Amino acid sequence: MSLQVELEHYRNVLIVRLRGELDHHTADTVKLKMEEAILRGSSDHVILSLKELVFMDSSGLGVILGRYKLLKSRGGKMVVCDVNASVYRLLELSGLFKILTIHDDERMALSSLEVVS
Amino acid sequence: MSGTNFMTLSFSSRSENEAFARVAVAAFISQLDPTIEELNDLKTVVSEAVTNSIIHGYDSDPEGIVTIEASIDGDTVSITVIDKGNGIEDLELARQPLYTSKPELERSGMGFTIMENFMDRFEVTSSQEHGTRISMMKRIESKKALYN
Repeated sequence: MSLQVELEHYRNVLIVRLRGELDHHTADTVKLKMEEAILRGSSDHVILSLKELVFMDSSGLGVILGRYKLLKSRGGKMVVCDVNASVYRLLELSGLFKILTIHDDERMALSSLEVVS
Repeated sequence: MSGTNFMTLSFSSRSENEAFARVAVAAFISQLDPTIEELNDLKTVVSEAVTNSIIHGYDSDPEGIVTIEASIDGDTVSITVIDKGNGIEDLELARQPLYTSKPELERSGMGFTIMENFMDRFEVTSSQEHGTRISMMKRIESKKALYN
């Protein structure tokens, strides 16, 4: 199993759905696709939707952190939703919850962003 | 089951083998009936160690060889990941959470922290001449319940 990245623009929000396994090998794809969509599009914020992400390791943390920094420098926010137990543990262990908000699903994530935008 | 069951796996230091390595180790360990969480922990630490060997040990040179030795003794799994690469200059520093020698590659610096947290025992030896060897151990709790 590899990794698929699905991008959807909704108003000023970019929804990034990751499906499969996010590791060192697949990290570059995520990085490039997200970077392109953020820089080209009119999206201020990003929702990382991880319902179908079945595996992630510390390479995934690096990718998330890198895109978070890019968004922050542009005044945007990144939120995460539909996180499974393993990914949750990694985010917790690395302290990423100090900078990322987590939501149950995409709908909740969207409504949280529309309040702040 | 009595005695030690073991397996050895060697493969080229290519990033596409990271998924292969963790799935192969998971398949070997599944005979202990681990929980999904335990299996995922083991897949994660294998992925971390193998990725370290490829990126840091061999500087992403696909000519390198990564070896994994795994064994099962009772309810305990031992995993050793070996490379003959560069070696780690400062082990203490490398083990600090969030430290990375390659920030330009967007490494999170969490690999060793994850391995230490997810396993019961964790040991790393490294030298510039011989490369790096990471040895880890974990007791599979779900099987332990059957023994009692």
